[in-house]
Amino acid sequence: MLSYTLKRLLQGVITVWFIATATFFAMHQVPGDPLTTDKAVPEDIRKNLEEKYGLDKPLFEQYTIFLSNITRGDFGISFTQKNRRVNDIIREQFPVSATLGILAIIFAALGGILWGALTALYRNKLPDIVIMFLVILGISVPSFVMAALGQMGLVSLNDTLGFSVLPVAGWGTVQHMLVPSLVLGLGTMAYLTRLMRSSMLEIVNADYVRTAKAKGLPASRIFTKHQLRNAVLPVITVLGPAIAAITTGGFVVESIFAIPGLGRFFVQAVQQLDYTVIMGTTVFYGAFLVFMVILVDLLYGFIDPRVRIS
Amino acid sequence: MSESTFSADDFKPLPKGAAAEVITRPSMSYWQDAWRRLKENRRAIISLWIIIGLLAFTLIGPYLWTVDHAKQNVDKISERPFTSTEAVLTTPLQPWDIGNRGTPSDPLALAEPATTQTARLVWQAMPGASAYRIYRNIFPYEPGAGLGLPLGETLLPKDTYFEDRLDLQAKTYYYSVVGLDSQLRETAQVVTLEVPVTRVITLTEATERGLLSQASDGKLGEKIHLGTHPFGTDYLGRDLLARLMEGARVSLFIGIVAPFLFVLVGVAYGSIAGFLGGASDQVLMRFADFVVALPFLLFMILFKIAFGIGPGESGVMPMLLALVLLSWPSTARLVRGQILQIREEGYINAAQLLGANTSYLVLRHMIPNTLGVILVTLTFAVPSAIFTEAFLSFIGMGVAPPTPSWGSMCNEGIKTMLTSPHELIFPALFISVTVLAFNLLGDGLRDALDSRMRSRE
Repeated sequence: MLSYTLKRLLQGVITVWFIATATFFAMHQVPGDPLTTDKAVPEDIRKNLEEKYGLDKPLFEQYTIFLSNITRGDFGISFTQKNRRVNDIIREQFPVSATLGILAIIFAALGGILWGALTALYRNKLPDIVIMFLVILGISVPSFVMAALGQMGLVSLNDTLGFSVLPVAGWGTVQHMLVPSLVLGLGTMAYLTRLMRSSMLEIVNADYVRTAKAKGLPASRIFTKHQLRNAVLPVITVLGPAIAAITTGGFVVESIFAIPGLGRFFVQAVQQLDYTVIMGTTVFYGAFLVFMVILVDLLYGFIDPRVRIS
Repeated sequence: MSESTFSADDFKPLPKGAAAEVITRPSMSYWQDAWRRLKENRRAIISLWIIIGLLAFTLIGPYLWTVDHAKQNVDKISERPFTSTEAVLTTPLQPWDIGNRGTPSDPLALAEPATTQTARLVWQAMPGASAYRIYRNIFPYEPGAGLGLPLGETLLPKDTYFEDRLDLQAKTYYYSVVGLDSQLRETAQVVTLEVPVTRVITLTEATERGLLSQASDGKLGEKIHLGTHPFGTDYLGRDLLARLMEGARVSLFIGIVAPFLFVLVGVAYGSIAGFLGGASDQVLMRFADFVVALPFLLFMILFKIAFGIGPGESGVMPMLLALVLLSWPSTARLVRGQILQIREEGYINAAQLLGANTSYLVLRHMIPNTLGVILVTLTFAVPSAIFTEAFLSFIGMGVAPPTPSWGSMCNEGIKTMLTSPHELIFPALFISVTVLAFNLLGDGLRDALDSRMRSRE
């Protein structure tokens, strides 16, 4: 187990290095640089600036400097934002994105497991048909449309009731978080519902379930102890990639609901070609996702003893 | 057959060549069988028709609905679907003969009926007012509430007229005139008038827009129909139906061509890795793992910018390239797994014994046997490619503005979503229906083609 964990971690580190390298060279491939602005900068000043930021060095040397900085955990200073270190940007904005993402994952996982189990138990009956219809709808509607509709619904709800039930946009309190995270989680919830349904259907009539019934266990106990526990395993496997999808997909929801998350900074940084912020956010996100997937895999081995052996 | 009905004829030898038994069901190839199963799936067939319909919509549609998608129509901004608008034919704007305006019998009146060209106000002089300020509002006058947009001030007490030509729309305005004292401060003297504005169009403009074939065809004062927009217009007054047709080209092009290309790359890569095996397989698949680990959307944005677009280009090709570069590994993994499985099958050994070489084995046995799985992957890749395009266009990183795509139309529609929701709803509906159709078709194909992945319904 320990050697497996170490091997996975090493692979993770190499993957993050690959991500950093790919981003670095892709970014420097873009014409222009962060010093190019609307205002013409005199040649001498430009030279000084380039020297100061190390942009005059050959690309490969810049790359090695960048790598050595990154191993010390220093992402540098933003080119476009006044006096802000990239580490500070990440430290301040990431918790917002992470809170939104975690809430969305919780919504998605709980909803997906519950609805999936329900549809399997009421297979081909009304609850199954209604839920599966909603699931197909949830898979087919893009997240930004969901977000827009969610906000539109909230506006008209507040309008008809005459007072503000939930805030329409912004960030800060729990009320602010509810609708955006629900909207963000819906797509994943639909996907997990489908997965849970098929894994539950495999299990509904398994031998051990029949044995449990024969022993005279109440249906609720069979459901929680025997069916749910076994059916939930495949859902946990896809949670790693699902976290990846939700955290990166967050910036549409962030922009529609005016949430000060990290995603917005990335889009802005790319438009302004703010080298340090692009590198910082990409490497940080990449590392976060890679280690999230590793964590979920390890967790899976912990939950399912059959996997631990192999 | 009962036991007593044999006759001597039954024991005659059959003529040579005749079949001893007739097989009642013709033998079916894998694809015929899959097609038969797919046809039984009603949802998949309906989806297939929807997809064909969408293709016809974008390929044939522009020939039937010949409205130019880029043409702006400034009197029809954000118009609701199927609104019928008419305009009165008129002459070009005539200068106002102010000297002959006379004195109105009402405190505030129109010198002539207001049109979208001009609204000409005259009023009775107010006692003690040394100048006047004119306001325009879209809400009725209420004491204490604001008067609306200040249009201008007259300079002299005798100037009791004003001509408003500022962006007049065909709706009702409420004009207010406030008397000003000698220090140009507002006094309590206010008169208000409700002014309905009629839409007019000049003969030359009607001819230019193709509403009249010749200027002489129209009579002044006659009402002319301005043309309907079945899906309404957008915030710049462009026909939404034409834009949806044009936008479908980008969305469906990316949605269908990108998956096709990256599946092709993935098949080539995966089959090479699977067939080579050993160390080269390890290296190739590790590289694929790295590409999978790249944060997808961040890299889509980065690559799209890195490939760059020149002026006047729509940016579809960089997006296509970025999508292919980032999406191939999942297919490669799948195909490699399939190839590894098939390699152990008996018929591969048999073919090898018969002297088949590697390329023959791969092209003739391995790829055809994975084709079912590949086709299913392809169908499921279409919705995600459409989503990616829509997402990128939505955050403004997709196609460059004059070119419409469903995603960028959603992005534009969301700004006016509370006042004219149709601008968001139609493109969103098209994206959703397309994605839904491909998802259901994918489900159907999976059930029909791949017995192992068949969903248990």
